[in-house]
Amino acid sequence: MKFEPINTPDKRFSPIINSKQDCGCSVPEKADSISGAASIQAPYISGYIKTATGDIPQVYTVLSRRDKWETVKARMSSFRMSFTVEPGIYAAGNPDENSDVIVTANYKMSFDTVRRELNGMNVWILVLDTNGINVWCAAGKGTFGTDELVRRISRTNLSKIVSHKNVIVPQLGAPGIDSGEVRRKSGFRVVYGPVRAKDLPLFIRNGYKCDAEMRRVRFGIADRLILTPIELRQIFAKFHYFALFVLIFFGLTTEGIIFRDSIMKGYFFLAGGILSIFAGAFFTPVFLPYIPFRAFTMKGWIAGLVLSGGAFYISGVFESYNIFLVISAMILFPLLSSYMAFQFTGASTYTSLSGVKRELKIALPFYISGLILSFIFLILYKASDWGMI
Amino acid sequence: MIYLKDITTLQVFPEKCTGCGRCIEVCPHAVLKLEDRKVLIADKDRCMECGACEKNCDFGAVSVNAGVGCAAAVINGIIRGTEPNCDCSGSSGSCC
Repeated sequence: MKFEPINTPDKRFSPIINSKQDCGCSVPEKADSISGAASIQAPYISGYIKTATGDIPQVYTVLSRRDKWETVKARMSSFRMSFTVEPGIYAAGNPDENSDVIVTANYKMSFDTVRRELNGMNVWILVLDTNGINVWCAAGKGTFGTDELVRRISRTNLSKIVSHKNVIVPQLGAPGIDSGEVRRKSGFRVVYGPVRAKDLPLFIRNGYKCDAEMRRVRFGIADRLILTPIELRQIFAKFHYFALFVLIFFGLTTEGIIFRDSIMKGYFFLAGGILSIFAGAFFTPVFLPYIPFRAFTMKGWIAGLVLSGGAFYISGVFESYNIFLVISAMILFPLLSSYMAFQFTGASTYTSLSGVKRELKIALPFYISGLILSFIFLILYKASDWGMI
Repeated sequence: MIYLKDITTLQVFPEKCTGCGRCIEVCPHAVLKLEDRKVLIADKDRCMECGACEKNCDFGAVSVNAGVGCAAAVINGIIRGTEPNCDCSGSSGSCC
């Protein structure tokens, strides 16, 4: 196979496509029907490979600094919502008609992981349009699904690019893929590959067989830790509401709002809020298996109780602050932490819908009554602060 | 790690099973096993109801009420009166 230099400046367009504006539905048929994505020029494309159906972009299998920096950004910010690649077919190495076809999602972190792990191999990468969502989440929603796989096989003319009838689909795509239907509709047989892209080379060398470990999802401390920045960021994005409430509530006197009071009296409440977020969205995820109980709401409540209670005890809050205020804080902060930890069920890899529903059913009455109770004690505190009781 | 006990909606119907092993292949938590070429539940508390087994069984030998085990999705579903949906591609900025 021959390389083609990148020389199509007139057809240039950005590799990053906002999924909100372009879900892929409006892409004209011809864009795909010639070949995968022949007109794409992007930093990760090293050249083009000529095939019977047209030129197919060939990708670098070593990630650039830019790729790595984008991954960091995607882990920490809403950048991940627009971190996409154009769906279609790509070449890693110099594949031919006998080469394997690896299917992935058009979330660029998924795409980058796959091409990095395929370094040194000659394979095709078939990228499905999942609106820039990773394989597992998209499979749960059905966008990484039977219809899209069948459509992408047909639009890329895959049967003319390869002479065999197999596509290797990541195992975590299985919740969205009905392999029987894919075969009936496209003629291609779904071979489920390993959970992690890094096991792909071994999987292929072993004659398309996974060992038990390659099929299992893990959720180790590193997996959990890397998910916490996004959790924290999403919660702190709403923190100003709480801060504003503290500012006004503690500043409120019979003579208007005095901000010196806000700061003097309210800072411990503000610190408690930050601490409970930390307890629920960082401490609980990281120490997940070591915190008692199975329910995330309980794990978070305990983490919040221990951390905020401990911090208040050490800093002498229990002795020096109004009893009503302390009671209010000790009701509110563990519940806040519990709620944050509950949100982490979405990032975890082992919680079920039935389980989350049950947790919510049990926890919701506690959340509501706790909020009301905590607020009543805040009012009592204010009343005693103003000398009314 | 194991989530709540005795909660999964996973069911198997060994009499319909042909012993192809596809469900075992796709399960991310080794919940299912084959015994005498019939599907059985090996470890039901590990089931996360992802639905891969049911979706990939051509014979209706496995059933599960599949969905995402995500609090935000369930809460959003209640608020909007829809099925649990994390709406990753929406404007909310939060994702599973």
